[in-house]
Amino acid sequence: MHKRAYTGLYIVIAVLAVLPFVLPNSFYMDTAIRMAINAIIVLGLNLLIGFAGQISLGHAGFLGIGAYASAVLPSHFGWNPLLAMLAGAVATGLLAALVARPIFKLKGNYLAMATLGLGIIINIALRNEAQWTGGPDGMPVPAFGLFGVELTTEKHWYWVVAALLTVSVWASLNLIDSPFGRALRALHGSEVASRVVGVDVVRYKVAIFVLSAVFASLMGSITAHYVGFVTPNLADFFHSIELVTMVVIGGMASVYGSLVGAVLLTALPQALATFEGWETVAFGAILMVCMIFLPKGLVPTLAARFGKGD
Amino acid sequence: MALLDVTQLSIHFGGVKAVQEVSFSIDPGIVYSVIGPNGAGKTTLFNLITGVYKPTSGEIRLDGEPIGGKSPDELARRGVARTFQNLQICMNMSAVENVMVGAHLRLDRNLIKAALRLPSITRRDAELRAEASDLMRFVGLEQYLEARADSMPYGALKRLEIARALAMKPRVIFLDEPAAGLNPKETIEVDHLVRKVADSGITVVLVEHDMKMVMNLSDRILVLDYGKKLAEGTGEEIRRNPDVIAAYLGAHA
Repeated sequence: MHKRAYTGLYIVIAVLAVLPFVLPNSFYMDTAIRMAINAIIVLGLNLLIGFAGQISLGHAGFLGIGAYASAVLPSHFGWNPLLAMLAGAVATGLLAALVARPIFKLKGNYLAMATLGLGIIINIALRNEAQWTGGPDGMPVPAFGLFGVELTTEKHWYWVVAALLTVSVWASLNLIDSPFGRALRALHGSEVASRVVGVDVVRYKVAIFVLSAVFASLMGSITAHYVGFVTPNLADFFHSIELVTMVVIGGMASVYGSLVGAVLLTALPQALATFEGWETVAFGAILMVCMIFLPKGLVPTLAARFGKGD
Repeated sequence: MALLDVTQLSIHFGGVKAVQEVSFSIDPGIVYSVIGPNGAGKTTLFNLITGVYKPTSGEIRLDGEPIGGKSPDELARRGVARTFQNLQICMNMSAVENVMVGAHLRLDRNLIKAALRLPSITRRDAELRAEASDLMRFVGLEQYLEARADSMPYGALKRLEIARALAMKPRVIFLDEPAAGLNPKETIEVDHLVRKVADSGITVVLVEHDMKMVMNLSDRILVLDYGKKLAEGTGEEIRRNPDVIAAYLGAHA
């Protein structure tokens, strides 16, 4: 986990730096941006699922809160987009904490059920509040500006997202190898042992759940501004499942696995588009094969095979 | 004054009275053993004192302050450490990280500082890693300094739990069958280790089935049977106690 873990960060930086110069056209650029956005969400989700061992099936709901905060507050109330983004993140954090506290006081893993319900409720609210959200048709999102500079081209967005991804990878690596991160992994490994050494288990679970929800909300805002349009599909249950799948395929409790999972599952539907109508079947088959032969996820399995460790 | 005072402690699970009105007190600095046949309530007693279970009735005092029903992390703050009969090692972590988790309460757990990798955090972590390595040497695990927990043999994991408990810098350590499942040679090593722990000034409370080890180490012994206190005293007193002999040999003398 030590020094070697950070060498991967340099590879990530190098790839991100070179990528815009080798990508042939704006379609690939767009895909790269979506990959990076998903990677950041999955990093946060992997801290929760892979490291702390708590499953959320409603993360797309948090994405939705962030996205719609960035859509509704500037269009209807004339808020500054940055302020709207932060308001969305704060609201998401509060909601996550409100839901998580009572859930984590129960014994057993009820978070999956609670977040499943929460995600669905958020989605229904976004669909039904049509006078604010445009309902199922969605709504346009105003452009995003920072210090007087409007982010308009794909190049702009690419560098913003690449910088965010780099910081997220760095912060995740730091967090895992810290007293906070060890406490998280310990409560996953043995809850009773971590309680007995003084880990306030409920607090840690709530903290990491809130953190990952806020990550998702912020990236929801970024997605909304980047695409320029939001629909409730962003917040639907299938998107939540897709995010969890990225964690599992890439590798639970693996920072670089999160990146690989996000990149692969963002690219796969595009690559399978040639199957016309059968892409969902192909998608499912690939996931099954992955889980059968690489049950720990791609990166941890390959790392173990080549004896390097993550 | 006694370090630990237990009075009339009971816990019921439905109709099962696992521990019934047990009273005893433990002086600081001694090795105190709890023995009894399987199902006598020894581990339940440990779970009560270390906050894993809440007592149905009775009182537990640490340094005269009531601690019954307090949460495990509250007790950890007051210097109560323990190990588990069935291993509770975090298999998703390295051996030395398992020990470092023991020092949780002595660290800066701030999330933001950790995410930014502030020098104060990394410096403290480096010190702690050295300290944890020393503890692993202390319990005789120097060959596993770089090992992942899930690659270690059972006997080594038993001692890793003791190292983790010691990383808390506890005042009292509860060892739940530290020699269970070990071969005779490993048992002798654990025997020496417990002696070393006691000599370092930590009060030891021991549950163990290996009578040789118990008699060898204990300053005082509590005997439980069917959740009740059967006898208490020095090793010699216990060895001669007719009730204890009857319970252990099943004689209706």
